[in-house]
Amino acid sequence: MEHVELFFKSIFIDNMVFATFLGMCSYLAVSKKVSTAVGLGAAVIFVLAITVPLNWLLDQYILQPGALSWLGAEYASYDLSFLSFIMFIATIATMVQLVEIVVEKFSPSLYNSLGIFLPLIAVNCAILGGSLFMQSREIATLGLALNYGIGSGIGWFLAILAIAAIREKIRYSSVPPALRGLGITFIITGLMAIGFMSFGGMLTGGDEGAKKEEKAASIEVIEEEINKEEATTKSDLELAQNTNK
Amino acid sequence: MAKDSRLILDPLTDNNPITIQVLGICSALAITAELEASIVMSISVLFVMGVGNVVISLMRNIIPSKIRIIAQLIVVATLVIIVDLVLKAFAYELSKTLSVFVGLIITNCIIMGRFEAFALGNGPWRSFLDGIGNALGYGIILVIVGFFRELLGSGTLLGIPVLGDPIEKTGLYAYGYENNGFMLLSPMALIVVGIIIWVQRTRNKALIED
Repeated sequence: MEHVELFFKSIFIDNMVFATFLGMCSYLAVSKKVSTAVGLGAAVIFVLAITVPLNWLLDQYILQPGALSWLGAEYASYDLSFLSFIMFIATIATMVQLVEIVVEKFSPSLYNSLGIFLPLIAVNCAILGGSLFMQSREIATLGLALNYGIGSGIGWFLAILAIAAIREKIRYSSVPPALRGLGITFIITGLMAIGFMSFGGMLTGGDEGAKKEEKAASIEVIEEEINKEEATTKSDLELAQNTNK
Repeated sequence: MAKDSRLILDPLTDNNPITIQVLGICSALAITAELEASIVMSISVLFVMGVGNVVISLMRNIIPSKIRIIAQLIVVATLVIIVDLVLKAFAYELSKTLSVFVGLIITNCIIMGRFEAFALGNGPWRSFLDGIGNALGYGIILVIVGFFRELLGSGTLLGIPVLGDPIEKTGLYAYGYENNGFMLLSPMALIVVGIIIWVQRTRNKALIED
């Protein structure tokens, strides 16, 4: 349940583009055609799915205060969290380079479709932002970190796909000259972001359900306790009666 | 000398990094709900860009071109760590508001873009001016957006109420004016920038895209 909730939350509610404006630069620059938008979106999902879990491991075992305790008790007081920016960005840049080499070697067709976008991605705010939000939201396990990476990647993919499709169509409309191109894209993105805000209500219902269940559970516990008390008082009474006899 | 002054003045208007070059929008939008945060963000970027451009320009003949992206990222990341630590030490509340967006200065496309396009091919002094100019161009948009969002959204500027008191109905509020809370939500940042672009391109027809 936790996984499903985080997955939908990172796609729709905390959508990288519409809620936090991450990766806007490439979102605006590469969204003129649907085909290139799909390529870049796929590359972002791919890289986020690799770097977020990797940076989670880095954060958990090297950077957090006290994370170095696995090296020995004398390292337990170390706090390297000030290094997280430089470590994260180095990981991302290295991974992007590695992914590029591996993809080129093993799947030339994938390289032809993703290849030109991979270098762009090292400086895409969405990738670093994914890792930084992973750190600041204190995601608990490696599985959840992977989930978060893929979820936010898909959210970004959906966003760029949608705006590319709209921009292809809007070419035939008569937009005021000064708004053509960049201006209208900004305003459309704003309107889409307002639309995406309505997803904010998606999870509150689930929360209420969970609370009701908790309540029901606590009521059951209380009932059980009452039953036990009754039972004990009954047995006490019986005991008392027996002794009276 | 006239050329040098253009390095600073051009990015403020006709070659603005946000509205014309479309760089560095990520962080520009998310933190502009308050004027104070926008100003602090602009100053941070000003520092990182000025110093970073000089450092890269000094190292431009040493950096091998194959690994220049990583070298640039390390320089920016170091400068951003300095900014982050300074903010945490002297303005802790504000650094909480800016949260991860200070870190995201690293991937601010303006910085990488200017490194690539300018600092790698020019001397330190001209690179410094270029950095300052572009950071100011970035800052001016941030401040305009922050100004309107805070004024219309919560009726304050830098946290000081300027339109009167909404609860006691003084000032403008006495005439039935209401704060537009919608301005504080993130989508409005996009729409405000869209309107700025509209105004700018109406004034300068040469910038209109076809």
